[in-house]
Amino acid sequence: MANISTLNTTGAGFDAVAADVSGPRGRRPKRVLSRRNIILYGVLSIAALYYLLPLYVMVVTSLKGMPEIRMGNIFSPPMEITFEPWVKAWAEACTGLNCDGLSRGFWNSVQILVPSVVVSIFVASVSGYSLANWRFKGSELFFSILIIGAFIPYQVMIYPVVIALRELGVYGTLTGLVIVHTIFGMPILTLLFRNYFASLPVELFKAARIDGAGFWQIYLRIMLPMSLPIFVVAMILQVTGIWNDFLFGVVFTRPDTYPMTVQLNNIVNSVQGVKEYNVNMAATLLTGAIPLIVYFVSGRLFVRGIAAGAVKG
Amino acid sequence: MTGHAPAKRPNQLFRNLNSKIASIPMILIAMGIFLGGSLWTILYSFTNSKLLPRLSFVGLDQYERLWSTSRWIISIQNLAIYGILSLIFSLVIGFLLAALMDQKIRFENAFRTIFLYPFALSFIVTGLVWQWILNPEFGIQGIVRSLGFENFTFDPLYNPDIVIYGILIAGLWQGTGLVMCLMLAGLRGIDEDIWKAARVDGIPMWRTYLFIVIPMMRPVFITTLVIIASGIVKVYDLVVAQTSGGPGNASEVPAKYVYDYMFQAQNLGQGFAASTMMLLTVAIIIIPWAYLEFGGKKRG
Repeated sequence: MANISTLNTTGAGFDAVAADVSGPRGRRPKRVLSRRNIILYGVLSIAALYYLLPLYVMVVTSLKGMPEIRMGNIFSPPMEITFEPWVKAWAEACTGLNCDGLSRGFWNSVQILVPSVVVSIFVASVSGYSLANWRFKGSELFFSILIIGAFIPYQVMIYPVVIALRELGVYGTLTGLVIVHTIFGMPILTLLFRNYFASLPVELFKAARIDGAGFWQIYLRIMLPMSLPIFVVAMILQVTGIWNDFLFGVVFTRPDTYPMTVQLNNIVNSVQGVKEYNVNMAATLLTGAIPLIVYFVSGRLFVRGIAAGAVKG
Repeated sequence: MTGHAPAKRPNQLFRNLNSKIASIPMILIAMGIFLGGSLWTILYSFTNSKLLPRLSFVGLDQYERLWSTSRWIISIQNLAIYGILSLIFSLVIGFLLAALMDQKIRFENAFRTIFLYPFALSFIVTGLVWQWILNPEFGIQGIVRSLGFENFTFDPLYNPDIVIYGILIAGLWQGTGLVMCLMLAGLRGIDEDIWKAARVDGIPMWRTYLFIVIPMMRPVFITTLVIIASGIVKVYDLVVAQTSGGPGNASEVPAKYVYDYMFQAQNLGQGFAASTMMLLTVAIIIIPWAYLEFGGKKRG
């Protein structure tokens, strides 16, 4: 009996899957409250609760005053909502001698983010374009090394990079960090662009060449306008990746140019002073806000970005 | 070129010149940093560099010291526990969630958004949130105790024996969404007819998954495995944020060992030796995979 009923429900599922491309069509499943559905949605909802819990705790804690935190439990909603922790986290929290809050780290991160994203995407897209359309002797070998390099732990290459940047005189500067992000963003981005450009119809490229267009002309006039989605995907990858970076921030910047993640860690894990959990959580939320906004706004493109980066790797 | 083609062939070096110029950054990065940098680190791991890298070779001394340092042994043990459990749990949870999501459910997008959002957050944010939730005084332990279970103990971040599991909880929260997404993509790639055939033969659903679908998804599993594994070896920020390696050095990991020796303890040789061991670990994971993945294609 049980078998037959499962078969029926999966049958309904199949029709729906077949209609996947053009949206929901066809028969509706007969029983909404079947035992299967209850288990299915029950498990998914419990899992969803588990995933949402930390976000909820962060928000709730950041809106409470310290006395309430000491008395109550972390899951209870605030009795009195206060935005003071947010103000304090943004403008007053101390790291070392500086007491101007996370805002410093935020602007440092913005300054790091913008040029790093632009430069890394430009370099990687041009490399991907070369690899896809203008292969030369050895280009595939360089590409293979690049891809293998994606798996090498950063710790292995970080000191040689420090030396190289020191030789160039940019160690500890913004330029240095932009170079670092460009270097370590290369494998995944180049792969992304190469695969995308290779999937474009080659006739376009050939036609442009017959018309006399050169390397840069084809890149700017044909490849770039046709590949906006993949540029957006690359941007999402880089914005979240660079914003969330901690290791390079610690190694390649000085305390007054620390990015937000490093400053956040210093604020929360500082040993001196009374722990202000509400300020800590407000600071944590502030740091997580940018990638979260990018994630919620970009939706499917984010998924596509990580899938493109991951599955084809 | 037109009339003289047979007499003067264009120089090979200048063919695709623009492309070569445009690829200079890539070539520099691939050869200079990824290949050159790794070889440099390996070479200097055989020296007794302290504050500055110096080429005075001491053979395998650094490695002998490394493997007789208890902190390194703890790091490796932690990495092994964290790595194995993280692989198992994220594959199992990720696959189960993906299988549930693949039942043509409503609100699929909402569920996916919820499962994946932690992946957008940094390890620092993840570590700090879970540090707060696992806080013994106010977090889960405090709440259960206030409900009347006075002897309830759940303080992974303050207990050296189980601290690595506290980190594992946070790591899984952050990473399983990605695994779910990869698995879901894999499941969607399974041919409809397979399901129909299994249905006609009257095979129950769980058996279809276990004996037909999962074996068919082998490439997805292997790729996912490689992605998670290479991420595990790099784990650093999470530990720094959640425990700073403590209590004592109970939650140290290799990546942190390397950083501390290179940039804090000014003992470069140790740092290089430890990072070379990390490279070796990755190589052990990657080489068989690369062989399976790309070796076959070349032959075929």
